[in-house]
Amino acid sequence: MTRIALTVNGEKRSDEVEPRLLLVHYLREVLGLRAANVGCDTTSCGACTVLLDGKSVKSCTVLAVQAAGHDVITAEGLAPAGELHPVQAAFRQNHGLQCGFCTPGMVMATVGLLSENPHPTEEQAREALEGNLCRCTGYHNIIRAVLAAADASTEVSA
Amino acid sequence: MSILGTRVLRTEDPKFLTTGGVYTEDVVDDRLAGAYYAFFVRSPLAHARVNSVDVSAALGAPGVVAAFTGAELADLPEIPPAAAGLMKVEMTERLLATDKVRFVGEPVAVVVTEHPYQGEDAVELVEVDYDPLPAVLGFNPDDTSLLFEAAGTNVAGNWGDPSQLKPDLFDGCEVVVSHTIVNQRLAPAPMETRAGAAAWGEDGRLTTWIPNQGAQGTRSGLAKLLDLEESQVRVITPDVGGAFGAKFGADPEHAVLAWVARSLDHPVRWTETRYENLIAMTHGRAQQHTVTIGGSRDGNVAAYRLEIVQDAGAYPKIGAILPFLTILMTTGPYDIPKAEAVAKVVVTNTTPIGAYRGAGRPEATAAIERAMDLFAAEIGVDPADVRRKNLLAPFTEPHQTAFGALYDTGDYVAALDKALAAAGYADLRAEQARRRATGDASQLGVGVASYVEITGMGDGEGTEPQENATVEVHPDGTATILTGTSPHGQGHATAWAMLASDELGIPVDKITLKWGDTDLIPEGGGTGGSRSLQQGGAAVQQASQELIEMARLRAAAQLEANAADLVFDKSRSAFAVAGDPDASVPLTQLAENERLLVRAVFSAPGATFPFGTHVAVVEVDTETGKATLRRVITVDDAGIVLNPLLAEGQRHGGIAQGAAQAFLEEVVYDADGNPLTTSLADYPFLSATEVPSFELADMATPTTYNPLGAKGIGEAGSIGATPAVQNAIIDAVAHLGVRHVDLPATSRRVWQAIQQAATAESGSEH
Repeated sequence: MTRIALTVNGEKRSDEVEPRLLLVHYLREVLGLRAANVGCDTTSCGACTVLLDGKSVKSCTVLAVQAAGHDVITAEGLAPAGELHPVQAAFRQNHGLQCGFCTPGMVMATVGLLSENPHPTEEQAREALEGNLCRCTGYHNIIRAVLAAADASTEVSA
Repeated sequence: MSILGTRVLRTEDPKFLTTGGVYTEDVVDDRLAGAYYAFFVRSPLAHARVNSVDVSAALGAPGVVAAFTGAELADLPEIPPAAAGLMKVEMTERLLATDKVRFVGEPVAVVVTEHPYQGEDAVELVEVDYDPLPAVLGFNPDDTSLLFEAAGTNVAGNWGDPSQLKPDLFDGCEVVVSHTIVNQRLAPAPMETRAGAAAWGEDGRLTTWIPNQGAQGTRSGLAKLLDLEESQVRVITPDVGGAFGAKFGADPEHAVLAWVARSLDHPVRWTETRYENLIAMTHGRAQQHTVTIGGSRDGNVAAYRLEIVQDAGAYPKIGAILPFLTILMTTGPYDIPKAEAVAKVVVTNTTPIGAYRGAGRPEATAAIERAMDLFAAEIGVDPADVRRKNLLAPFTEPHQTAFGALYDTGDYVAALDKALAAAGYADLRAEQARRRATGDASQLGVGVASYVEITGMGDGEGTEPQENATVEVHPDGTATILTGTSPHGQGHATAWAMLASDELGIPVDKITLKWGDTDLIPEGGGTGGSRSLQQGGAAVQQASQELIEMARLRAAAQLEANAADLVFDKSRSAFAVAGDPDASVPLTQLAENERLLVRAVFSAPGATFPFGTHVAVVEVDTETGKATLRRVITVDDAGIVLNPLLAEGQRHGGIAQGAAQAFLEEVVYDADGNPLTTSLADYPFLSATEVPSFELADMATPTTYNPLGAKGIGEAGSIGATPAVQNAIIDAVAHLGVRHVDLPATSRRVWQAIQQAATAESGSEH
């Protein structure tokens, strides 16, 4: 067992973990943050996407010990309780989710995308989310949500 | 103004977007405290005799609590084939294989551990001694190797009698075209894999959490598998991360989980890996069609024959029933004077086939839409014109087909013309002609597919399709709805609340929907076959209306007025005496004295038949064969739309899955029956880069079968899009002599078809 200390959604955490424990399982099983989901075994689906020091990563492919000393943000921590982050609000406004399983990962990947490219074209948005799979929406409304969130951030900053 | 027909945002969403859905793996419950974890040992061979299963080494591994083999479950009943009476009764299945395994992934043993990672390690230590047998694969297996020796054949059964096919069906036709085409095997692959949790109470009852499409049907199935009374089983449905037909009922693993929990007197949980999901959750489609179509040179189709082979996989489950639905929809939206269809069901050493979005109907549409294009190409007439010539004329009284379907309402030519207009069909053909003339390496293809499908079927002949709902208004101004449907992404919580709100005058966000707990809602048909709104929604509306009438009598008594003189003011959710608005009583007050609650059962006279036309536009690189989907334009007429936001979402998702079947997705096995598409890295699951945004045109022809005027919308997209995209890809290279490319029309297949057409062309010149 190894002791790790890290920040998750702004709170300092310290836990003893098995060295092979995946970050997604640390978040889900140890911290009880179950928004991030596991949808595959091969880093293909992106349902587990979280932000690690502001960049989106697939938490199934990061060991918990690798996150030690870093800053993790999950869908639970994007906005204060009872509120929606602009990306979350855009997903709701545009019906960018159905069953919801890919949704927390899709939202975090979008937050990551917009932090790097605040005004993606539709093609860039599709490229950026290629590693986040959804079986329900056909991606149509997810892409609309991403573009709407980008527009909304323009309005706020303007 | 009524809320019905408006784009109400989903009340479900804030949870899914922040803390996330509570899927089966996420459930926290006292009854599951300290639960063990189950892991299945699965066959690595497609076909083998099982000599022995030895779990002793696994039992010594860290954290292992127990391990069980099929021998220990042998007292439980064997699972009979579906479509009893038509399929071979000897083709039975066991919860855990005993004497034989029949597909890679079949469960052989189960290991139970204290923590999840321990099970993954321990299953490697279970030793199974197999004698490999030749794998039976493909649509035309012979009987040299038998899956079920007692059956004496690998043919499970037939739908229709092939000896009754008429040899003179195509007599008098100027043109007859025939082709054998494959409707390939697909993985439903919902984002949430299968899972379960099971706990037994001191009362001897099982409580089990299962991601499913209908708790009541799951309860019945599970009780049969475990040889229990239904009253001994409580199924609870957590949030479900997609299902697409593949989460109907209970699977063998769910029964094993319950059995293990009882044996150990301890709760047990299970979540399968994606690898397990891709090899052991039922697959879909897997039909071979031989289509023969005949008619006149000017484009009138006179006769059509559809001969189906259904690969049911290793055990005849729902897959054995799919051909029934395919045959029912043989002639689709067309008026074809003579038509016939038969099906043969075979078993193979592959994952069993079940329902997948459309379940038998996409196959029927794919077959006839390909046949229409083959016929059009043979006579040199535009495929849209051939369709217009043969579509049924508009009808408002039910139309009976030769295959027993009763189409409720339809205007198929209008849907075709609307879709062509929205696509700019003439301009597309002009652009195509220009590219063909210049020999552009990027050729344009336009594909058209018209369809009619069946939604909201009942349980069979003689039973009316029905669903129940309970609506209750509480003293605090909120309301609760109980439904027998089972949403897993469709948005019932919002849609059913809209229907109740419109009657009760209670805001949507004050209405809570409950579903999927068999103790709370003992009856229900679940969600599948695009039935929910037209029956479950109609039941909510009916219950709400009956509640208002019940409340009216109570209000009359309280206000000492005639019930007939009372007006229900929705803006205040209150009854008032006509002409005396001050004399009023709100529903909340009526609910204080006595529960204000109504349960209603809505029965429909029959199934409904949504229809439409899809147009796909592709570019095909003739040097590599790669097809790129540029546009999909659809008209999907599912009657009156309750919430356009939700209906469009259903169409988008269906279109994407349909398109994915046309040019990407396929479950592949090698010659020994080893699955080659066992991860999301290998299975070409559609991603955001492979589809464009979709163009939806609206059309709404009401049905008279329910007061909402609604038909089903869940599967339309996947029914129309596959043949539209396939036809578009073939159309892009038709001028090079290509007449057909099988599904999925991958770069390699398209490239090969171009080369073969070129070879045939140069051969014919000599």
